[in-house]
Amino acid sequence: MNVSIILIILLAGALVTYLAGNKWASKAAVLFSIAAFAATIGVTISYSNGEATSFIFHWLKSPNVFLAFQSDGLSLSMLLLTTALTPIILFSSLGNTFKNAKSFYALILFMAFAMAGAFISVDGFVYYIFWELALIPIYFIALVWGSGDSESRKKAVVKFFIYTFAGSLFMLVSFLYLYQKTGSFLSVHLYKAFLTPKEQLFVSLGFFLAYAIKIPVIPFHTWQANVYQKAPSAGTMLLSGIMLKMAIFSIVRWQLPIAPLAAKELMNVFIGLCIAGVIYGSVLALKQKDIKKLFAYSSLAHVGLIAAGTYTLTLDGLRGAFLQMIAHGFVVVGLFFAAEIIARRFETGKIEEMGGIRSQSPKFTSMFMILVLASVALPGTFNFIGEFELLYSLYQLDIWLAVLGGTTIILGAFYMLRMFQQVMLGEQNARAFADVTFGEGAVFVAIIAVLLFFGLYPKPIVDFITPELETILASINRFNLAR
Amino acid sequence: MNTLIAIAGLGIICLIAEIFNLRKAIVPVTIIGLLAVLGLNVAEYNELTQLAPGSKRAFYNNMVVSDFYGVAFSGLFIVLTIFLVALSPDFHKERKAKLSDFVAIKLFLLAGAIAMVSFGNLAMFFLGIEVLSIALYVLAASEPKNIKSNEAGMKYFLMGAFASGILLFGIALIYGATGSFDTSAIFDVAITGNEPEWFFIGIVMLTVGLLFKIAAVPFHFWAPDVYEGSPALTTATMSTLAKIAAMAAFFKLMRSMNYQVPGSYITIISIVAILSMTIGNLTALKQTNVKRMLAFSGISHAGFMLMVFFNPPAMGDILFYYAAAYAIAGIAAFAVVLYVCGNKGNEEIHNFNGLGKNNPLMAAVLTCALLSMGGIPILSGFFAKFFLFNEVLHTGHIAIVIVAVINSIISIGYYFKLILAMYTQDATGEKQPVPIMYGAVAVISILINIAIGLYPSVLLDLL
Repeated sequence: MNVSIILIILLAGALVTYLAGNKWASKAAVLFSIAAFAATIGVTISYSNGEATSFIFHWLKSPNVFLAFQSDGLSLSMLLLTTALTPIILFSSLGNTFKNAKSFYALILFMAFAMAGAFISVDGFVYYIFWELALIPIYFIALVWGSGDSESRKKAVVKFFIYTFAGSLFMLVSFLYLYQKTGSFLSVHLYKAFLTPKEQLFVSLGFFLAYAIKIPVIPFHTWQANVYQKAPSAGTMLLSGIMLKMAIFSIVRWQLPIAPLAAKELMNVFIGLCIAGVIYGSVLALKQKDIKKLFAYSSLAHVGLIAAGTYTLTLDGLRGAFLQMIAHGFVVVGLFFAAEIIARRFETGKIEEMGGIRSQSPKFTSMFMILVLASVALPGTFNFIGEFELLYSLYQLDIWLAVLGGTTIILGAFYMLRMFQQVMLGEQNARAFADVTFGEGAVFVAIIAVLLFFGLYPKPIVDFITPELETILASINRFNLAR
Repeated sequence: MNTLIAIAGLGIICLIAEIFNLRKAIVPVTIIGLLAVLGLNVAEYNELTQLAPGSKRAFYNNMVVSDFYGVAFSGLFIVLTIFLVALSPDFHKERKAKLSDFVAIKLFLLAGAIAMVSFGNLAMFFLGIEVLSIALYVLAASEPKNIKSNEAGMKYFLMGAFASGILLFGIALIYGATGSFDTSAIFDVAITGNEPEWFFIGIVMLTVGLLFKIAAVPFHFWAPDVYEGSPALTTATMSTLAKIAAMAAFFKLMRSMNYQVPGSYITIISIVAILSMTIGNLTALKQTNVKRMLAFSGISHAGFMLMVFFNPPAMGDILFYYAAAYAIAGIAAFAVVLYVCGNKGNEEIHNFNGLGKNNPLMAAVLTCALLSMGGIPILSGFFAKFFLFNEVLHTGHIAIVIVAVINSIISIGYYFKLILAMYTQDATGEKQPVPIMYGAVAVISILINIAIGLYPSVLLDLL
């Protein structure tokens, strides 16, 4: 099975969803997203059997651009994350009614299409196009269907757009520079590029700006919390669950192997900023009164740790980053979905107005508890494996980095459990809280099943991504051999 | 050469049609005629492909030269004129009696534009630029009862005449230095390197005159007022057809006469480019009138296009692609502007409130057009900027690429102001039906925009 089929399904899905009309849009979208997931599994199986699944087509002669989609351990694991989360995200928004639903669901599928494209493209130019394309749908999703006062929402969303667009353009300049040097955008050629340390520095900074804004890393994070809070929960899930993974994935795919000397040179700066984000996010999360903002800052902290892991340039760091990306993707979607369920019933995001849900809805309480525990990386959950490996990679550099990075777990446990206490426990809430519906429960069960299964048995994923990471590491270390 | 004659003939037929009371037939006949002219143009292109590469066909003692560059741009101008003519009947529906004049003037304008890209002699070049300019002066002042239109026509005429004077002075100096109006003869003198100093003064004066025509900073002050005051369709003509015609002529002129561009000239051009981009964009941020905003956006795009002067021999195709992407997006944007502001009397941004709900299709077209100008993939504006940056980096001017990139970011700010108004504000006015021609032009032009984005080599390989 060819990997390009997934892109075709998602794009066709977006079109069909739009044409299906408001009534049938949600069903068409779910159907196509599940088809895309099935196709991804098909491609993964073909790939594991050693069949050829990559796609290449010479698109432009001058400049030399290929439509090149490669399936390997890294891209497929991210593709699986994308296509698995998309139906979950769509499913989670079925409980809401949207004005102009056909556009809403079509945009979600279109965004999944763009993100999937960014994960599998190995031609820098095509990759850049997909990377930018993903920005348009999320802009409209957050702008049109978001919540809260429209003026402040507009400000937040436009700020987000301009920030990320600005970052990406610098990445484009880096790519153009590389093209001038190598005559190709293909990753295989760029991995072999021997740039001088100074050139690498500028190229690497161009990439870093794009990724740091999207992840986000301090001091480029200011757009994040407001957008997460104001976007509809499907948009927040897309942003935090998949889109920021696009940036971390790109660090491993593009920034590190292309400009490894710069990555080594600037390692302290990069890791320092990321760890600063961990502490900053954790401390701010302590003070949040809005549940979605709390999750946003907690996400900032967790993601900072993942990014720090990639910049250690060790196998453990890279592998931990991929494991934790998948784990974090599922957890964060689950948490935002929980927030959405509470918001549907109580019509508020303020933590102090909640409380006492446990006695009304024990099922929801236990599922939420598992997600909270997974989020603080309790052993036995997938997140534990990821965070452990990330912290271990930091420990190899310097024990203090690991200690500082560990605050994400310690502080995380504190604010997440306190949040749980305030939201779920306490005296029975005066307002009625209907128990979760079958659809809502199914989403939780699917997420929790993934987290627990891979928490206890991560070997399939580890085996799947490790060979590819080793080749990336070989590219990173190519300058050591040259000397 | 045939295209030029055919277009002039078509314009005269338009005027005669009015005499014989065939008013209803004018626009269809003109569009069919222009399509036929486009066919002639393609035939001319095919004839050129049969010659040895790089050769040209000269007519009338080298007065008119047809080469790939000229023919490709002529084709683009003809396509733009078809769109502009198609927009005319709905725009002028309250003054039907004058329709033949408006259409005929646009055709003469097109003839001027084509002369500007297929000249072999400075006299022909000047003739072309004057035909184009005079047509525009008339169009700018074509609403005699509207004081703003009068103001626009007057301003444009005074400033334009002044620029023409400088241009002519430059041509005279070049003639004095080289003894010829013929561009190839001038070129022969220029490469010997022993031309007198006033040759360069002449070149600089030509440059000033043309920078005025493309509205580059610091010769841009006329543009916002004229764009705002002119009838909207005239603004559309100025910001698309006239602007890229002037740019194409500028490039052709410099490439054919000043092959080895001296470093100091490059410095001046880069300063003008940086100023145009930055001042155009920063001022556009503050505008609340869509026509003014597009005027400043046009100034910044002129700055982008000026970057082709860093390596003239290699950048003809890039300029062509950029001009096509910019102009086609401009046509799409103006088709929507005409629809929204047609009977409002002004073009303030609040007129666009709620367009996303009232008319999702037109809102989507305008969104795509603006995103294209802002440089978002997969629209052709992105590819245009990409090819341009790629070539400029190739010449080693990294700093100016960074400035251009920062300007692309700034431009998002004002393009999105309009998009925000369409999608987040509630509609104020009644929902009005879309005139069929406006809708057709808007949709077709945006489809062309996307198509040349997906297959950029269609245009790039023409040159």
